[in-house]
Amino acid sequence: MIEEVAATTEGDLVINIGPQHPSTHGVLHLFVTMNGETIKKVEPHLGYIHRSIEKMDESLSYRQFIYSTSRMDYLSSHINNHGCALCVEKGLQLEIPPRAKVIRILMDELTRIASHCLWWGALAMDVGALTPFFHAFREREMINDIMEESCGARLTMNYMVPGGVMFDIQPNFQKHVKEFVAHFKTKIGEYDEMVTNNIIFQRRMKNVGYISPEDAVSYGCTGAVLRASGVKSDIRKIAPYDGYENVKFEEPLEMAGDCFARYMVRMKEMMQSLSIVEQLIDNIPEGDFVAKTKAVLKLPKGEFYSRVETARGEFGVYIVSEGGLTPYRIKFRSPGFSNLSALDHMSRGQKIGDLVAIMGTLDLVIPDIDR
Amino acid sequence: MIKEELKTKISELLPTATFDETGEWLNVLIDAKEWLPLATQLRNDVSLQFDFLFCVTAVDWKTHLSMVYHLRATQLEHIIVVKAKIADRNNAEIESVCKIWRTAELHELEAYDLMGVKFLHHPGLRRLFLTDDWVGYPLRKDYVDEVNMIKL
Amino acid sequence: MFSLEGLKNTIHYTLSASLGTTSTLLVEMLIVGICVISLFAVLGLVLVFMERKVSAYMQIRLGPNRVGFQGSLQTVADTLKLVVKEGLVPNGADKFLFNFAPFLVMIVAMLIMAPIAFTKGLQMWDLNIGVLYVTAVSSISVIGILMAGWASNNKYSLLGAMRSGAQIVSYELSAGLAILTIVIFTESLQISKIVESQQTGWWLFKAHIPAVIAFIIFIIAVTAETNRAPFDLAEAESELTAGFHTEYSGMRFALFFLAEYVNIFIVCAIGSTLFLGGWMPFHIGHWSAFNHVMDFIPGIVWFFGKIFFLIFVIMWFRWTFPRLRIDQLLNLEWKYLLPISMFNLLLATVVAIMGWHF
Repeated sequence: MIEEVAATTEGDLVINIGPQHPSTHGVLHLFVTMNGETIKKVEPHLGYIHRSIEKMDESLSYRQFIYSTSRMDYLSSHINNHGCALCVEKGLQLEIPPRAKVIRILMDELTRIASHCLWWGALAMDVGALTPFFHAFREREMINDIMEESCGARLTMNYMVPGGVMFDIQPNFQKHVKEFVAHFKTKIGEYDEMVTNNIIFQRRMKNVGYISPEDAVSYGCTGAVLRASGVKSDIRKIAPYDGYENVKFEEPLEMAGDCFARYMVRMKEMMQSLSIVEQLIDNIPEGDFVAKTKAVLKLPKGEFYSRVETARGEFGVYIVSEGGLTPYRIKFRSPGFSNLSALDHMSRGQKIGDLVAIMGTLDLVIPDIDR
Repeated sequence: MIKEELKTKISELLPTATFDETGEWLNVLIDAKEWLPLATQLRNDVSLQFDFLFCVTAVDWKTHLSMVYHLRATQLEHIIVVKAKIADRNNAEIESVCKIWRTAELHELEAYDLMGVKFLHHPGLRRLFLTDDWVGYPLRKDYVDEVNMIKL
Repeated sequence: MFSLEGLKNTIHYTLSASLGTTSTLLVEMLIVGICVISLFAVLGLVLVFMERKVSAYMQIRLGPNRVGFQGSLQTVADTLKLVVKEGLVPNGADKFLFNFAPFLVMIVAMLIMAPIAFTKGLQMWDLNIGVLYVTAVSSISVIGILMAGWASNNKYSLLGAMRSGAQIVSYELSAGLAILTIVIFTESLQISKIVESQQTGWWLFKAHIPAVIAFIIFIIAVTAETNRAPFDLAEAESELTAGFHTEYSGMRFALFFLAEYVNIFIVCAIGSTLFLGGWMPFHIGHWSAFNHVMDFIPGIVWFFGKIFFLIFVIMWFRWTFPRLRIDQLLNLEWKYLLPISMFNLLLATVVAIMGWHF
């Protein structure tokens, strides 16, 4: 720390943004070197919420460790669980019933919408508009109610298990989801009116935090951040899992690579997710919701990697198995951690207000970064 | 490129590399010292173009450490896994690749912090998650911390 | 027409009957002082409550509704909490300036209150340069903010204060030019005369185009001057946590908070005096029946009605707009508002000389 302060030249203003700061959305600590209000360097200092989930999971069985991943990116916990379940299934070479696949996709997409709703509200709050947050929460609440009904939880779902899902969906599930879809369609226009078309918002977003496609790839950005630079990167398209190949949806791309492009990608993604939900909600096949598995799961010796597309980008699970009851080594490739590495590059030469906007469009979830 | 083509191509680039084809993707097993030249070629070779390093993992094998790099070519859509073996566990060193893939900067910090792999020529090697005066590397198998250990 | 002049005169005669001239003046000043302070207190409570209810309405929620009727006593409870809270002074702060800054901001707010005409005859100090006085005094508040930011020994505070300095100094210009536009028509700087001149109609309507432009610029500029969203860069809670008052707590913070609302009240009062006819009722041309009905509503109700309408507009801004960035904020002023208001001043002069207004 002392060396870093010494390394800055005279006249630089060094400011600690976080660990307690309203716009870091958690305990992110950024060590920002500035010249007046212009940012020269951003250095993240992490670990304030590090729980060492990877170490913990080395002593948890293959059924248990999935639950710890809900606590990572808590806004897309379904999708995290999905990734882990996929990895275990890959190891067991387990085929899951079609009903479970459809339920999984439905839950994933609802989670994505909920996560983007929260992101939208939080981004608007970051750039100073406080009202959209409440409007976004109105929609998110409906999704949470749907989740609560089927999974019993509102945040850390723990719904996906190796072989399928833990419980069957509630009889009201379809009805409520349809209600939500109809409701959301009437409200999405309001979102655009309130934020997207606002001239101040557009000026805060356009030409801010630019990252070129080459840099975005080099920095390991995924999800909306990479797609906003015009690089196709949706895992649901590149390596479809659990029947994503059977649904019709587009991968929204923007070429501008700035904050507004990232914003637009996420807004379009919401509509795509909505269309996936609409396609599947009436076509949930009958049958089992979980495949028959042994009570104690044992993965064969080897290495397994599975990728899923969370609301923030590519989530990878890498399991090294020695054939025992617990993973030998487990590694989570979290999208937030990689996206964070581009923050310094994006925010150099920008104003401190832009840093907040960039962080907002990167959609950082701190437990996802710290794990 | 399919596995076989990748295999021939990489064995041209690095004759000492061995391969493991059990997994989903082609695994390239190399020694830590060979990593940086291979990485440069993997990134720059026209027929390979591995421009996306999407996962960096350090694995403690009790006798030695190994770094696992998952690489993807976004244009050509192929994936390989490079496993660099670091024989000296107590003084684990490997060249940093953050000049080739910028994302490695943060991922290598994580590996250094939790697994104790020193990355040579890394621009700012520091404890990322833990405090600067922390002793030991928590993700190693022999790490014992009487106070903070989570036993499940 | 209803006026409070009678009450004023009664007090004056009663006092001068029993006391000397000097003592009368002193007692009257005391009464006025108490009135102003209590007005401040009431304004603080009402405006904070109003802001909460307005924001709640915009944010599809209920807002405070537990303490008192519909939560009307919520602000009282909050004030009590702030009063009993410990006021911390950070280590390394310039103690004198740190403690003095909130009072300075408050004093400035009180000073601007002096020339405001609440209704016919209810005015503390009808000085002949009323409008100039308001513009001059209101720019002192930036010193209080700079003081607070500097004395806090906190980088966030300092950044907030510097932003606020740049912002207020810039937007003073537009606000001043907007005020001048109306002064051209009224041919007087005296507040009472400005109000009198609007007996036949408000300047916003009488002086049509230049007045409407000036009004819009005035509203934008005063929103910026009072550090309200979308120009709340001095506080910018998502960037600078709380800006210049990051380190303040307890009653000192409450003073800043109160000063903000009092300042809004005052600028809206100035706005309604200049553009919306002050305490003058709404009249339409020769509709004498309608005009008589309007005359029955007391001037003070008109005045406060107009002020609260403007305050509502400013609150509406706050709860719907995102915040500007510092460079965009200054660009807006120097590249758009200032040239427009200068041109508008010229236009107003032409309109006034040619007699094209009503």
